[in-house]
Amino acid sequence: MSAAEQFLLRHPGVVRLGVIVAILIVWEIAARWFIDPLFIAPPSRVIASLGAVWQTNGVPAALRLTLFELAVAFAIAVAIGLTVGLAVGLQPFARRSLAPIILLLYGLPQITILPLFILYFGIGAASKIAFGVTHGMFPIMLAIIAGVQNLKPVLLTSARSMGASRWHILRYVIFPHMIPSFFAGMRLGMTGVLLGVLLAELYVSTAGIGHFTTMFTENFDPTKLFGLIAMLAAMAIVLNEIVRRAEIHFSRWR
Amino acid sequence: MADRDERAAGWGSRAVQVGFLLVVLALWYLATNRWGVNRLLLPNPVAVWHQLLDVLRTGEFWPDLRVTLIELVVAFALSMTLGTAVGYFVSRTRYAIRVFDPLFAGIYSIPIILFLPLYVLFFGLGPASKIALGATISFFPIVLSTIAGLGNVDRTLVTAARSMGASEYQMFRYVLLPAALPVILSGLRIGFTVALLSIIGSEVIASLAGLGHHIVQLGEGMDMARMFAYIAFVVVIAAVLNSTVSFLEKRGRRRI
Repeated sequence: MSAAEQFLLRHPGVVRLGVIVAILIVWEIAARWFIDPLFIAPPSRVIASLGAVWQTNGVPAALRLTLFELAVAFAIAVAIGLTVGLAVGLQPFARRSLAPIILLLYGLPQITILPLFILYFGIGAASKIAFGVTHGMFPIMLAIIAGVQNLKPVLLTSARSMGASRWHILRYVIFPHMIPSFFAGMRLGMTGVLLGVLLAELYVSTAGIGHFTTMFTENFDPTKLFGLIAMLAAMAIVLNEIVRRAEIHFSRWR
Repeated sequence: MADRDERAAGWGSRAVQVGFLLVVLALWYLATNRWGVNRLLLPNPVAVWHQLLDVLRTGEFWPDLRVTLIELVVAFALSMTLGTAVGYFVSRTRYAIRVFDPLFAGIYSIPIILFLPLYVLFFGLGPASKIALGATISFFPIVLSTIAGLGNVDRTLVTAARSMGASEYQMFRYVLLPAALPVILSGLRIGFTVALLSIIGSEVIASLAGLGHHIVQLGEGMDMARMFAYIAFVVVIAAVLNSTVSFLEKRGRRRI
């Protein structure tokens, strides 16, 4: 076996990169010579156009607005999810009776009521935030309910017998125990918030990125559309990665 | 004694659940009938019920339901075929798994709904763009679970079958498939659910027909009671489809 083959066998990441490059090359060739330029743009031109997209009047503000909507929606979803999750999860009777209701609500196709959100909260940022919150809060609640559920009763009893107060039990027993499931819930919540906010943005938008995706689509400007979507995908990847890293970091004590 | 306590607690929680539903309905009724909430924001539940009966009686939902179901069936057939086939070929060597699995998982973590404007640009406003989007979104859970299922078959089983001289087909049919099927089936179920959601979602956002389109149309016409009735109808349809698929998944697991 040659040295090159051995190197590739030990580093599958290099081959993975090669696959991605091959796809980009095929896309480049197809877009340059074979497909109508009204519909698809070659990757080289998309990358070159990123600067132009950024300079399009209003795009930086739209990206900032979308990021703001995502951040606010995520914060509210975590706050509601944590409060309701703890309140329902720590009480066996509440858990048995209310957890199925939360599960049912989580299972509903929320996209069907998107027009109602627009009606109640307007076409501005509020409706995007609200839709992001309802997508993000249920997985967080369920993760926290599941997290406090498998708390060993022996830990609670021993803490109580050693004279721990309510707050001490919450601070030193329940919180450390539920950290892994809390961050797992945050990760799912972030996925949900991204989905909710982006769906609402794409549905109707006056100043957010949805406004510009619609504009670029209607102007048959695929180069800028690809560029904008690439920026948004990068934003989504960074946000997901932050939550995932946090999950790995804070679950290490186990 | 403990048994009876448990049963009493079961009844108690059931009562809370029914009570919750009744309270929501009562508040809804009072809000529209007594407290004068605007009908354009919240229609009366009785009116919604009558509209729902009317929708069911006139059968006006059939054309939209047919469009959505055709989109769903075609999209799921595409993603199921491609997902399991690609998953099978990737899972044949450990090396290919290490190359492709992170690639698929990485793309899966992007909210693919972002590409909807591109799909509309490529495939137009009709069913084609919904089929393409639904197939793309549901491809990833299916391919990932196929790789996970076929890639994690117990090595001893494979070695034993091979040493007894199993052919390629026998290996697949009697060793790999039974071992991997539960994981693949749950991937197919997840794929079906996300395909349904993304198809209704893209109908809501940009389309010419379909259940999602009809909801938006009623909303824009400010026909709120009928819109609520239609939402309830679509939610029930989605629930029926999803529980049918869950049922089939359980059946499939037992067969092997």
